[in-house]
Amino acid sequence: MKLNKLAILPLLAAVAMPALAEGDNGTVKVGMITTLSGGGAGLGIDVRDGFLLAVQQAGNANLELVIEDDQRKPDIAVQLADRMIQSDKVDVLTGIIWSNLAMAVVPSAVAQGKFYLSPNAGPSALAGRGCDPNYFNVAWQNDNLHEAAGAYASSAGYENTFILAPNYPAGVDALTGFKRFYEGELSGELLTKLGQTDYASEIAQIRASGADSVFFFLPGGMGISFLKQYADSGVDLPVVGPAFSFDQGILQAVGAAALGVVNTSQWNKDLDNAANAAFVASFQAEYGRLPSLYASQGFDTANLLLSAMAVANIADEDAFRDALKAANFDSVRGDFAFAGNNHPIQDIYVREVIEEDGVFTNRIIGVALEDRSNAYLDDCSM
Amino acid sequence: MSAVLLAEQILNGLQSGMMLFLTAAGLTLVFGVMGLINLAHGSLYMLGAFAAAAVAALTGSFLLALMASIAAAAAAGALVEMLVIRRLYKRDHLDQVLATFALILIFSEGTRWMFGSFPLFLSIPDYLSGPVSLPGGIQYPLYRLVIIAIGMAIAIGLFWLISHTRLGIRIRAGESDREMIGALGIDIARLYTVVFALGAALAGLAGALVGAIQSVQVGMGEPVLILAFVVIVIGGTGSIKGALVGALLVGLTDTLGPLFLPRFFGLFLEPASAASVGASLASMLIYILMAGILVLKPSGLYGARA
Repeated sequence: MKLNKLAILPLLAAVAMPALAEGDNGTVKVGMITTLSGGGAGLGIDVRDGFLLAVQQAGNANLELVIEDDQRKPDIAVQLADRMIQSDKVDVLTGIIWSNLAMAVVPSAVAQGKFYLSPNAGPSALAGRGCDPNYFNVAWQNDNLHEAAGAYASSAGYENTFILAPNYPAGVDALTGFKRFYEGELSGELLTKLGQTDYASEIAQIRASGADSVFFFLPGGMGISFLKQYADSGVDLPVVGPAFSFDQGILQAVGAAALGVVNTSQWNKDLDNAANAAFVASFQAEYGRLPSLYASQGFDTANLLLSAMAVANIADEDAFRDALKAANFDSVRGDFAFAGNNHPIQDIYVREVIEEDGVFTNRIIGVALEDRSNAYLDDCSM
Repeated sequence: MSAVLLAEQILNGLQSGMMLFLTAAGLTLVFGVMGLINLAHGSLYMLGAFAAAAVAALTGSFLLALMASIAAAAAAGALVEMLVIRRLYKRDHLDQVLATFALILIFSEGTRWMFGSFPLFLSIPDYLSGPVSLPGGIQYPLYRLVIIAIGMAIAIGLFWLISHTRLGIRIRAGESDREMIGALGIDIARLYTVVFALGAALAGLAGALVGAIQSVQVGMGEPVLILAFVVIVIGGTGSIKGALVGALLVGLTDTLGPLFLPRFFGLFLEPASAASVGASLASMLIYILMAGILVLKPSGLYGARA
């Protein structure tokens, strides 16, 4: 019995310590849950590398980081979040790439009083009725890039677009987003299987539909397959899509099949501002590859956090929240502010795939939507 | 719907069926001859694609890339059989599933370690790219026609191998009575290694052929593996003929289902819900087909054992 009583002492100390430590020096413990293995690992690695680069450049010793791999599985993400909150005692969570994982982790994390900074996933549920003062999305609301693609399609004079996306919540959101600002007719609308690799059937339907253009949202490997097969099919219609199928990690695998394709993004490496030029140069120097939009989002997420740490102590939750909300950092996107539901207000650009010194990349050819917020602001009661 | 679209979709179904056959043939041989459930078959498919992408990047030759895919997958298959699989024949299926699942993880992370996390580039060579005009005004990609032709050639080759060669006789004998062919003085260990390597080579070739029109990335083998299991369950385990018929059935169902079902539901539902109900049902269709066939023929279409 005596032993048991003694054993409880360090436990009490452990519970009391973090509060003391925070009061003393304002250490912020960050838990990053992201996808580092399996098919979608490229995205998580880019977010992590962008985040680490910003932390390293800031040299702020008060930021402690724990990084774990969610393997793109919601159950594992939930376990990791529980462990980080309960035993690692993190103050801030970040890193999740996929909307379904975010839906599994974010609501319970913010309910436990933790901050969550999303470097990617922006499901509509968390922007609308499920919004939370402690949840900040630093990337975009899921619909944004698709809305921009719809706006671009209209301004380019397309009147009969064929649209397709995978049959899962983000895919359905994508088609909704495209239709929000698209003024023409739809020659066809398809929901494909998630993870589908052969699009011969869809391409045949596009050919038969009499469309004048194609919009698709097929992230990751799905987009690679679609673009290669589309280029080989002899169908010659212009293609529009969100940046997810044209990011730096994927373009090299698609090759020349993507050349000239128009896509929409909130960031590109040729955006003309000092923060971006420095980011692109230092990312290339550090990792030996060009940054993707995911890397830029990771970088911005870390800088937002660091900007809040500079003016507020995490122990004072309200002050820290206000500091985050002020978004007082140099975004690589240029102008950046948070809307009422803690999602970005930002310009969404139109890019075109080009070949530059033997590397496939993008350049900006216009602005699709200026100072775009999101469609779910009114549903959020915050 | 026009006849041209339908004809094109049937060709698409044949093409995806042929690729499934290449993957399923090895799986069904290994299961038929050795009674082994090999979950790592999809990893050999992935390995073939990665070997092809690496060699194509190095030499620029698609033919060399295909040969490399066959060689690499066969070598990996033989190695895995001798190091791991050999110890599993006498164990029950659960142990086999556990060990071969571990192999999937080892292959996936090993591939990532060697090639990185980003998808690799592998494309159709110029002489096979672009569409050709078929009778009836059908525009169809040449490469997919070549895939159908390669699949048919390999199917014919496999039937000849099984029915007319000494190796084929041994394989058939191994399927019907394992102990007896051992007693007759056949070196079973070597036979097993050869069969395993043959199956692996076919999967590797399929991976390389498909990799040129899809994405060469870690984890590309697992969706194919699931389909291949559906194929051999439909066709009957151990039967090459069953694998061929099953693969074509699955390929055609998988291609034509998403085309017809949304139209069918469009007859009595509004367009948006017809599209989503149709798409959802279409993705279940091959499993419904499998369930239906199992009800009628519990051991599959050409299954030997009940």
